[in-house]
Amino acid sequence: MDLRTGLRAAALGLAVAIAAGPAGAGAPKRGGTLTYVIPADAPPSFDAHRETTYATIHAAAPYYSVLIRVPPDNPASTTEFVCDLCTEMPKPADDGKTYTFKIRQGVKWHDGSKLTAQDVATSWNMIVFPPKGVTSARVSFYEMVDKIEAPDDATVVFHLKRATTAFLPALADPYTWIYKKEILEKDPHWYERNIMGSGPFKFVAYDVGQSIKGARNPDYYHEGQPYLDAIVGIFADKQSVRVDALRADRAAIEFRGLPPSARDQLVKEGGADIAVQDSDWNCGNILTPNHKRKPFDDVRVRRALALAIDQWKGAPAMAKIATVRTVGGIVFPGSPLAATQEELQQMAGYWPDIEKSRAEARRLLKEAGAEGLKFELLNRNVDQPYKFVGTWVIGEWKKIGLTVEQKVVPTGPWFQNMRGGTFDVVLEANCASVVNPVLDTGKYLPAKVYPENYGGYDDAKSIELYEKMQTETDPKKQREAMRAYEKHTLDTMTHEIVLPYWYRIVLARSYVKGWKISPSHYLNQDLGNIWLDK
Amino acid sequence: MHRYIIKRLLLAIPTLAGAAALVFVLMRLIPGDVCVIRLGAGGSHVDPASVEACRQQLGLNDPLILQFLHFLWSYCTFDFGISMWSGNPVSHEIAVRLPVSLEVAVMATIIAILIAIPLGTISALRENTWLDHTVRVVAIAGIATPSFWLGIMSLILVLNVSAMATGKPWLPPIDYVSFWQDPLRNLSMVLLPAITVGYRYSAVTMRITRSAMLEIMREDYIRTARAKGLLEQIIVNRHALKNALLPVVTLIGIEFAFLIGGLVITEQVFNLNGIGRLLVQAVQNQDNVLAQALVMLVVAVFVVTNLVVDVLYAWLDPRIRFS
Repeated sequence: MDLRTGLRAAALGLAVAIAAGPAGAGAPKRGGTLTYVIPADAPPSFDAHRETTYATIHAAAPYYSVLIRVPPDNPASTTEFVCDLCTEMPKPADDGKTYTFKIRQGVKWHDGSKLTAQDVATSWNMIVFPPKGVTSARVSFYEMVDKIEAPDDATVVFHLKRATTAFLPALADPYTWIYKKEILEKDPHWYERNIMGSGPFKFVAYDVGQSIKGARNPDYYHEGQPYLDAIVGIFADKQSVRVDALRADRAAIEFRGLPPSARDQLVKEGGADIAVQDSDWNCGNILTPNHKRKPFDDVRVRRALALAIDQWKGAPAMAKIATVRTVGGIVFPGSPLAATQEELQQMAGYWPDIEKSRAEARRLLKEAGAEGLKFELLNRNVDQPYKFVGTWVIGEWKKIGLTVEQKVVPTGPWFQNMRGGTFDVVLEANCASVVNPVLDTGKYLPAKVYPENYGGYDDAKSIELYEKMQTETDPKKQREAMRAYEKHTLDTMTHEIVLPYWYRIVLARSYVKGWKISPSHYLNQDLGNIWLDK
Repeated sequence: MHRYIIKRLLLAIPTLAGAAALVFVLMRLIPGDVCVIRLGAGGSHVDPASVEACRQQLGLNDPLILQFLHFLWSYCTFDFGISMWSGNPVSHEIAVRLPVSLEVAVMATIIAILIAIPLGTISALRENTWLDHTVRVVAIAGIATPSFWLGIMSLILVLNVSAMATGKPWLPPIDYVSFWQDPLRNLSMVLLPAITVGYRYSAVTMRITRSAMLEIMREDYIRTARAKGLLEQIIVNRHALKNALLPVVTLIGIEFAFLIGGLVITEQVFNLNGIGRLLVQAVQNQDNVLAQALVMLVVAVFVVTNLVVDVLYAWLDPRIRFS
C-alpha cells in the first residue's frame, strides 16, 4: 500500500469511527453471542493471581469480579476508580493508612453460594501475602499493605504501613480476581485449572488452545448486565487469521490491538461494518545501555545515544507502520504526573532542534573517545513494535556515525541476556495495566532496589529522588518530585532512553457496542457492558 | 514376518533413546527458561522470588543428569509428565491436538494419492507429449510453492470470491469441531488446509511416480509382456505400476509422518490447533517436558510408518522376503 492509499484508508477509518459514534451510543439490546479472538496461545493457567499474560485476562476475566476497577464507561481515565464488589469507594482514614470497603450483599458465586467479605479478604491476602508454594506475581505492588482483614461478612479493611497515592490504582489491578475462600483454603492451586467466580458470565467450556465459552450469569449484581447471552473466545495467535476473521465476521472484536496496516486493510475492505477505537497504550519500549560494559559506563556516550534520536519526527512517522505514537517520559502521557511537551524538551533525547541535538551527540562521543562506535542492539523477536522500533533507532544512531547491529532473539534468550547482563544495549518493554505512575516508574531504579532493571547501575541519588516522590501525597509536590526523578534518570544520568509509547488500535464489527477502549489491554475485559446492535 | 516386525520394534528402542538424549540436550541449550517467559513475556513486572519458586516447583534447579534420568524413567513407565507451561498432563495436551493433525494428514495423503498416482502414470505413459509437459509443470509448481503461501492465497481467494459473489466475505470456521460433532463444519475447516498441503505432497509424489514408471516401462519383462500380446492396461496396472510403487510408497510414508508434526505454518494460517503448532509453542515457551514428548511422538510415528512401508514392500514385490 502506498502512502496516499494508506492515508486514505486511515482517513476512512477515522470517518468510520466517527460515523459509528460513541461505542456505547443507544439503548443496550439484550441477547446474542459475542465471538472474539484472543491473540495468543492457550494461557498457562486461569489463575490471574499467578499469571502476567493478557491471555489469562482475555480468556477468563468475564467470569470473575474484582473489588474495585477502572470505570467501565470511562476506562480511559487515569485517576478514576469505581466499585465492583464494594458499594462505595472509601475515604481513607488514619492519615491515609486505613481503607474500609463495604461489600455488596446478595452477590452469588456461580455455584449459587453467597459471596461475603471473607472471600474478598482471603483472596486479597493470597495476593499480598501468598503462603509458601503459592505464586503471586504482583506481590511487590502491595508492599505498602500491612494487614487485610474482614471484621464481618460485609466489611474488608486494608491497613497500610504508610499513606501512598499508589495504593488505590494498585487495588484496581485487573488480575486481582476474587476467589471463593472455601476453595482457596482447600486447594490454593484449584483456580489454576478451574474457573468459578461471580462475574457477569458463567464458565461453560474450554477446549485447550482452541476456545473458551461462557453463558450469561442471571444472578449478576450490576443491574441489567450482562447484555449478551453468551461469549466465545477463540485463541488465534496469527494476526492474518484475526484480521480475516474480523473481515468475514467469524469474530466480532479483537481486544488487544492491531497494527495500523491491519486497520487500513480492514477499514478499506469492511467499510462501515468495521469500527475503530484507539488510544495511547500504557506500554512502551525503553533502550537500556549496559552500564557494566564500556563505553556505556560513560554518561556522555549514553547521552549521545539519546540525543541522536529524533522522537518528535520519528513518532508520527513510525505511527503509520507500527503500534507506537506518542512521545513521553517515564510517566504515561495521559497521567497528571506526566511531563508536558515543554518539560520533555528540556531533556536529552527530546530537544526540539534535532540538528543541535545530534551535533551535541557527536561532540560528546568525540570527548568520550567513542567516535564511530560499533555495538549490538539486543532485541526481541516480535514484529510489533519491537523490530520496527529497533530498526528505526539504528537508523537514527547511524546519523551520528554509529554502527549498530540488531541481534533479534526469541523471548527466552532475550530475557536470559538481559538478566545475565550479556548485551551492549537492549530494547526492553515496560508494560503496565492500571496507570499507576508511582509503581510504573520503579522500573528506572537500580537493580538492588528493583531487580528487573537490567542497566547494571547503582545510583543512590536516583533512589533518594524516587523515595521522595513515592512518599509525597500532595499532588503538586509529587509532580515536582516526579520531574526531578525523571530528569535525573533520562537527562542527567541517561540511565535509560524512553521511546514513543505504544498505540492501541482495537478493531471490531460495528454492531459491537458498549465496550470502550482503555490505555491497557488488561483493563475493562469483563465484557459485562457489551451488547450487540444486530 | 512376525519375527521381523518384533526385531524392528526392538531396534526402535535405541532410536527412541537416541532421539530422547538429543532433544533433551538441545532444549537445554536454549538460553532462558519457562518461568521467566511465563512470568515476564507480557513485558510486565517479573518478581524474582516468583521466578525462583516456579523453577523450584518445576524441578529446573535439579542437576541435569537427574532431570534426564527422570525423563527416561517416566517414558519407561509411559508417564509423559506434566506440561511446564499449562500444568496439564502432556498426554492430554497431545490428545486434544492429535486428531486435528491426523485428520489433515490423512486427508492430504488421500488427496495426494488420488492426484499423483494417476497423473504420474499418465505422464510417464505419454512421455514428451503436451499432457506430460502439463503434468510436469503442475508438479514443479507444486514443489516450488510453499504450502503456507498457498494457504494464505487460498484464504484471500475464498474471501474475495465470496465477497464478490454474495456481497459478504466468507471464511472457513476458525474454531475446530470434530467430524463426529458436526461433519459439515469440520470439513469446511479442514478441507482447504488439506488441499493446500495435499497439492505440494502430490507434486512430489507425481514426480517420483513418473520417473519410477518410466524406468519400469523400459524393463525387459514389460517388453516380454507386450511380446506375449498382453493388453496394455494389464501390463500397466499389474506389472508396471505395482513395481513402480515401491519408491512411491516410501515417499508417501515419510511425507505422512512429516505431516503429523511438520504442518506448523499451515496450522497457524488456518488456525488449526494441531501438533505442529503445539511443538512450536512448546519450544517458544521453553516447555521442555512437552517439547520432548512431541519430538518423541514424531520419532515414534516415523518408526512405525517406516515399518509399515517395509511390510508393504513385501506385498508389492513378492521377491522381497523378511528374514
